[in-house]
Amino acid sequence: MTGGATTARAAGADGGAEAPQPGPRVLPVGEHGLLLEVGSGEAVEALHAELLRRAAARTLPAVREIVPAARTVLLDGVADPARLAAELVTWEIPPLVRGDEEAVEVPVRYDGPDLADVAGLWGVTPQEVARIHSGTEFRVAFSGFAPGFGYLTGLPERLHVPRRATPRTRVPVGSVALAGPYTGVYPRSSPGGWQLIGTTDAVLWDTARDPAALLTPGARVRFVVAEPTGPEGREQ
Amino acid sequence: MTDSAFAVVRAGALTTVQDLGRAGHAHLGVPRSGALDEPAHRLANRLVGNPEDAATLETTLTGCAVRLRRAATVAVTGAPCPVTVDGRTVAWGAPVRLPDGTVLDVGPATHGVRSYVAFGGGVDAEPVLGSRSTDVLSGLGPAPLADGAVLRLGASYGPAPAVDWVPYAGIVPELVLPVVLGPRDDWFTAAGLRTLTTGRFRVAAASNRIGLRTEGPALERARDGELPSEGMALGALQVPPDGRPVLFLADHPTTGGYPVVGVVPEPYLAAAAQAAPGTPVRFAPLRRPGQASRVRAGRR
Repeated sequence: MTGGATTARAAGADGGAEAPQPGPRVLPVGEHGLLLEVGSGEAVEALHAELLRRAAARTLPAVREIVPAARTVLLDGVADPARLAAELVTWEIPPLVRGDEEAVEVPVRYDGPDLADVAGLWGVTPQEVARIHSGTEFRVAFSGFAPGFGYLTGLPERLHVPRRATPRTRVPVGSVALAGPYTGVYPRSSPGGWQLIGTTDAVLWDTARDPAALLTPGARVRFVVAEPTGPEGREQ
Repeated sequence: MTDSAFAVVRAGALTTVQDLGRAGHAHLGVPRSGALDEPAHRLANRLVGNPEDAATLETTLTGCAVRLRRAATVAVTGAPCPVTVDGRTVAWGAPVRLPDGTVLDVGPATHGVRSYVAFGGGVDAEPVLGSRSTDVLSGLGPAPLADGAVLRLGASYGPAPAVDWVPYAGIVPELVLPVVLGPRDDWFTAAGLRTLTTGRFRVAAASNRIGLRTEGPALERARDGELPSEGMALGALQVPPDGRPVLFLADHPTTGGYPVVGVVPEPYLAAAAQAAPGTPVRFAPLRRPGQASRVRAGRR
């Protein structure tokens, strides 16, 4: 698929409401890598989708890794990065067309030890935290920290919360947690400083599965209330 | 049990199973992992007649000892060390045929850090995402060796080549690491970048398979704070708030928020993997990709 064709298709599909993005800012990463920087998480999503399209169509030179993150996509293991860099800046990235792919549903018991603190920060009751969080459509912006740990975006800025002042030495596997703009689910128990609002029994990481990660970059995610938010007595 | 295996007599400080790692999964948060001194790992395999992606043992400073439960050809490369079989000295860096029941002792590194022990047939373990490497950051792959553990060996690939002598780059007394500046060199002042390329650093004791930490002058920052998380490449020189660069090795995290001042190309990472704590380190600027006259080096 050529760049011209994708641009034309995207503009047509979108009715011209969103113009294609200009190509990314390209930064050097050693002798065989490039860091592509764009202005927003949405732009990363669009750029990442375009890179995957071109990789699938074999119009992207072979790369070893394509790693999306908050404002960047890292390409590593590129044979001729100078040539690809020169090409990349001329790309027009078609605006993202949100597909009708199924959202991954993650059942959650909203019973985390920081649920009351998060409710306080949001200015709502713990039950409303569960309602708001499970009513939000998330997207896996990128992975990191541990295999299968996805950084999920979707909460509006007024609901962003700080990390805990003191990280926990052990966060249990399956903890559903908030920090900054992100929601995440701990794929295994580990130290962590995120605010824990709930627990899931979903298996986030299973190397016998393909892909091993339940939450892969670009995937849509919904949290579903698995049971009432806990005994009445525990809530204030 | 009489299956193809060996028992761990002395696990050493940290001995892990390593192959060429599991590249291609960084977007899921999976480090590449794999042998830190890849040329030494490849050479050890070639010496015993294995393909280069067969799994070997990677030792750390103190070596290890194993008792064979079948006859096997072995070879030790990487950090030079005394090698004995049932107490008798045998050659380092050459294939040695061992009978069933003998104890192979890979002694402490005389210099360097990591020795590689290849067995004909390779160390067998359940592959995870296509690799048998132990990843100490995320816990993927087989557990590090423990005293008394029993590991399997694969079926032999055939006779070992007849080799009397192999060229080997050796361990350097001073580590000079070429660095391609970027992607975040603009987060440092001109003085900070001068500190990087003229400063005298040393390998810190806290170094491990995740990263080679340095002691030395702090790099002055042009701006405070952290970046939004971004992808981290193998060989990245990440600069945490204390200003001392950390060189990311095979088990490095796939994303991070501290600025990467430059990246050391992969052919130089084997020397870094063999630099013991206290080794002097210098960083030499390399031209960026696309510019002429790129320096090439390798140890294979």
